[in-house]
Amino acid sequence: MIETRVKIVNKAGLHTRPAATIVKFASKYKSEFFISKDGLHINGKSIIGVMTLAAEMGSELILTFEGEDEQQMNDEISGYIRGGFDEL
Amino acid sequence: MKGLKEILKHSGNYITGIAAAPGLTIGKAYVFTKEVLEINHNEITDIDDAIILFNEALEKSHKELKKIFGFAKEKMGEVRAAIFEAHLMILDDPVLIGNITERIKKEKRYPEFIVDDEISKYQQLMFGASEHYMKERALDIEDIKNRIIRNLQKKRWQSKIPLDAIVVSGNLTPADTILFTKSSSIGYITDHGGLTSHAAIIARSLNLPAVVGTHNASEKINDGDLLIIDGFHGIVFVNPDENQVKYFTQKISHLFEINKELQGLKELPAETFDGRKINLLANVDVTGEIDLVISKGAKGIGLFRTEQIIEEIGEFPDEEEQVKIYTTLADRIYPENITIRAFDIGGDKVRQFDLQEANPFLGLRGVRLLLENENLFKIQIRAVLRASVHKNVNFMIPMVSTLQEIKRTKILIDECKSELHKEKIPFDTHMKLGIMIEVPSAAVMSRDYAAEVDFLSIGTNDLIQYLMAVDRGNDYVSNLYQEFHPSVIRTLSHIVHEGKKSHVTVSICGEMAADTLAVPLLVGIGLDSLSVSPSAIPSVKRTIRALNYSKAKQLAEECLNLSSEEQIVKTIEKFFKDNLIQRTRNIL
Repeated sequence: MIETRVKIVNKAGLHTRPAATIVKFASKYKSEFFISKDGLHINGKSIIGVMTLAAEMGSELILTFEGEDEQQMNDEISGYIRGGFDEL
Repeated sequence: MKGLKEILKHSGNYITGIAAAPGLTIGKAYVFTKEVLEINHNEITDIDDAIILFNEALEKSHKELKKIFGFAKEKMGEVRAAIFEAHLMILDDPVLIGNITERIKKEKRYPEFIVDDEISKYQQLMFGASEHYMKERALDIEDIKNRIIRNLQKKRWQSKIPLDAIVVSGNLTPADTILFTKSSSIGYITDHGGLTSHAAIIARSLNLPAVVGTHNASEKINDGDLLIIDGFHGIVFVNPDENQVKYFTQKISHLFEINKELQGLKELPAETFDGRKINLLANVDVTGEIDLVISKGAKGIGLFRTEQIIEEIGEFPDEEEQVKIYTTLADRIYPENITIRAFDIGGDKVRQFDLQEANPFLGLRGVRLLLENENLFKIQIRAVLRASVHKNVNFMIPMVSTLQEIKRTKILIDECKSELHKEKIPFDTHMKLGIMIEVPSAAVMSRDYAAEVDFLSIGTNDLIQYLMAVDRGNDYVSNLYQEFHPSVIRTLSHIVHEGKKSHVTVSICGEMAADTLAVPLLVGIGLDSLSVSPSAIPSVKRTIRALNYSKAKQLAEECLNLSSEEQIVKTIEKFFKDNLIQRTRNIL
């Protein structure tokens, strides 16, 4: 299992479009993927779940990946969030 | 004939709101209330049947949303329609669908109960969040939830919408608005929302009158009530009396005649009697307005306000999204030009920048904010450059006050150009750059600043506010917001003369240009182009065509020697009378 802490760096926060992109990325992989924030624990392959995270700029997310392709999955998704959803 | 003021004085049967889309119409109300769905939470016996029913409902909802998505893309552009894509993804959400299916099996209850309960859980979480946009998101999800439930109940969606009705509603979701455009609604009235609400945007793009933000129209109006919408003034008359109907019927036919006459001007140039050609352009807020721009015969887009994209989609568009929007507009308006203005946002306008400023209007606005966020600025510059391949795109910088701002912007543009060049992405290497003149320091320095750029564009709204030190939204002082104050007229004249010394074109894109009273003066001062809202183009063109440039110049000279707004307005009114020029504005 891999656990990664990431900060939301872009000003608009985790809005609808990046939420959809994260879910699209996640669904390519076999591993399980969860996101935690302030006690809320949601499945990263669920768009309605990711949309529920009111993650504004500066908030911290804990991502957990578990499964055969966890490393690649972590690289792609953590990188996408750290990179400010390709918006910066 | 009585004026509107007279009519209002003697009546109590009207509701006011924000004039979101111009026009007049009379029609029957269709009050759109969200059907409260009755949820059956009884137990079921045949689980397999329930699961099949649930999957069928999902499939049906998927089909409906796909249709709406397609329609929305066509009406609102791909970026703004993206919200429907997320909705479509919800219908395929493995966790949500999995949970619902499991619960149907375990709890043996009607699927509609489980769907309602399961999706409402997420909505509760969203409503509980402190950010305002999360509440809107929860409302969006309501649409999905109700759609699935309705399909489970095999009910048809509002099949009874009457044709040619005025839709009255508390709020209109994107999906509702799209639906109503299909039943040929003739106008929109909502309790909530502003100029950038979906109803307002759609109404403007379809050229239908709309009044939004009325607070309680949906309570005060009943189904079948006769309504008059005055989309010019943001007024709705409910069950009008004979006099009111007569008054507005006359106005409507008058407006129709004028529109017909003005329509005849479409192909004619905006040229004075004695041959002075004025470039008459359109201001555009949303991409949907492009049809209107073309139908009104604009010679291009003089101002595309990109910050409206952020307002509408609720977030910063990325480079690809921007390229799509700008390219679409540039292609549609080709071979005419489009001037794209960089995001004009300030701490008070956009959620993404939650700045605490004591004086936002004197704070981090326009180019100042962009230069503090160079990455964001460069994404926009790259997008505009990429849209410029057909050489009909100009780029414009808002709120310039110093030379340094222009120089820094030019460096960023050069950086973007060399990046694109390296990436082998085509663009117009000679894309024209202009600045807005709306800060007094820039007005004074026009000649020097003009030497750095290709054109100047005067934003009268802000210029007047800063020049007169008055917030026109402040009732205590709004009478000091004087478009025809001599200081304003002299400043405009100064900008034109100084700009010409540096051989650049000078245009004006504030609301003042759409006031037909101002047109002879603006032409007389020597402005090369006027950019106004699309609906104002025909009347401004008619005024220009009725003018004699040499006489307009004399008028300008005369006004430049006057020392009060009152004198200037009187002089211009006399000019209209002496030269037998009609004013459209008087009939509205």
